Amino acid sequence: MIDWINTLIQGLLTGGLYALFAVGLSLAFGVMRLVNIAHGDLIILAAYLALVAVEATGMPALAALLVVVPAMALFGYGLQRGLLVHTVGKGLLSPLLVTFGLSIILQNLMLEIFSADSRGVQAGLLETLSLEVVDGITVGVLPLLILASAVVVVGGLQLLFSHTGLGRSFKATSDDPETASLMGIDPKRVYALAMGLAMAIVAIAGVYTAIRTSFDPLNGPSRLLFAFEAVIIGGLGSLWGTLAGGLILGLSQAIGFRLDPGWGILASHLTFLAVLVVRPNGLFPRTRDR
Amino acid sequence: MTALLDVTGLTAQYGDSQALFGIDFSLDQGETVSIIGSNGAGKSTFLKSLCGLLPRPVEAIRFKGAPIGGLAAHQVAKAGIALVPEGRRLFPSLSVEDNLRIGATTGRPGPWSLPRVYDLFPALHARRKQPGTALSGGQQQMVAIGRALMANPEVLLCDEISLGLAPTVIKDIYRGLETVIGEGTSVIVVEQDIAQALKVSSRFYCFQEGRVSLKGRPGAVPMADISAAYFGV
Repeated sequence: MIDWINTLIQGLLTGGLYALFAVGLSLAFGVMRLVNIAHGDLIILAAYLALVAVEATGMPALAALLVVVPAMALFGYGLQRGLLVHTVGKGLLSPLLVTFGLSIILQNLMLEIFSADSRGVQAGLLETLSLEVVDGITVGVLPLLILASAVVVVGGLQLLFSHTGLGRSFKATSDDPETASLMGIDPKRVYALAMGLAMAIVAIAGVYTAIRTSFDPLNGPSRLLFAFEAVIIGGLGSLWGTLAGGLILGLSQAIGFRLDPGWGILASHLTFLAVLVVRPNGLFPRTRDR
Repeated sequence: MTALLDVTGLTAQYGDSQALFGIDFSLDQGETVSIIGSNGAGKSTFLKSLCGLLPRPVEAIRFKGAPIGGLAAHQVAKAGIALVPEGRRLFPSLSVEDNLRIGATTGRPGPWSLPRVYDLFPALHARRKQPGTALSGGQQQMVAIGRALMANPEVLLCDEISLGLAPTVIKDIYRGLETVIGEGTSVIVVEQDIAQALKVSSRFYCFQEGRVSLKGRPGAVPMADISAAYFGV
């Protein structure tokens, strides 16, 4: 019994990281209808930035957030203004192709610079610290922190969308960019801000990836796959849905591992397929047909 | 004295087909001008060109003496020209109140604010928390007008604001528009309903196939001439 409770808790904690992978993807799709194939590679890029920052300065691993988040946000803003802006409003295919190309470029650049060796960021005590909740159930502090970050990020975005002028601009531009421009909103700027915000969240996911797992330059696509599955399970356009999608993936992976150590990853992909069959629009869809 | 808005030789096209062939048009401070004409005469195209939604010659449009033909739509909005678009185009993700609020994005100072808009169209106040698209057609039109007013424009462009609405609702909306005109806002009204357009305006232009076929003052031009210019017979 205790074993199973532990399994479920581990699943939820893993799911927190998957949710962080997915939220940026969900945001970019929600505001711009842009499916970013390079999303996973950008997570790995952020992980390498964290590695460089920590190794160069000896700063504590979590402090890398202070460097990587603003750096990735700026990079996202520039990426949208300089490159992706040319794909907006040209259907789904054109951003897919451009970000696919970007994904290949990023992977090869990272191979060139960092080699194919698996790396990880040393976080010292943080990696092993755990809390004993009740007898027999212990929870790692770092995974808990990751899950809490995912909840805070989604809650924060939700507040931003419903209570701020920027959130209104995001929603209005997503609905109808032409009419939004009549309101004095510059859609290109709104898109760039959305991409900057998405990349700030990617940075958080990347730093945690660097601390919690080992990674190499070709890990991006598998991160993209988890992000993509979490977004689809949750339903397009719903941020809480994306969080739930990440948790469901984590849970099914943990249960799969428990049943047979070879089944873990497969179990999460099968759950994704099952949701697609039963609820093709995801569990909490918010998009309208346009 | 130069006109507030001065258009000379404005052309516009969609792809290969030309929609406007050299429109000359002017609007003075505080004036209300109507544009009438049948479907496809170029009325909406003209308003879209003014707003920057269509590419147009830089020098063709002067606003307060300065050319605005090169500005993007969001810059034109900030300069003080607001459009109530045909078909209303409310933002479905936003509540009535947020639809109004987003109109204030330009940050222009002026008489219009949320309370003033609710004064103008009291029916909106009770429904301010609902999605804009849940309202009746007439109320949606009020939101669209209120949203444009929130920008505190110097020039308000109204594209077919009576289209598809019941006569009593049209009366409410035009009563609201008269209050707006009373604030000193300059207004361009595009209408298919000739009588409504002539009633509210001090000058009119009649468009036909992308050209101005007639202009003048309501009452000073015989109805038969207007009909001829409208239908092109």
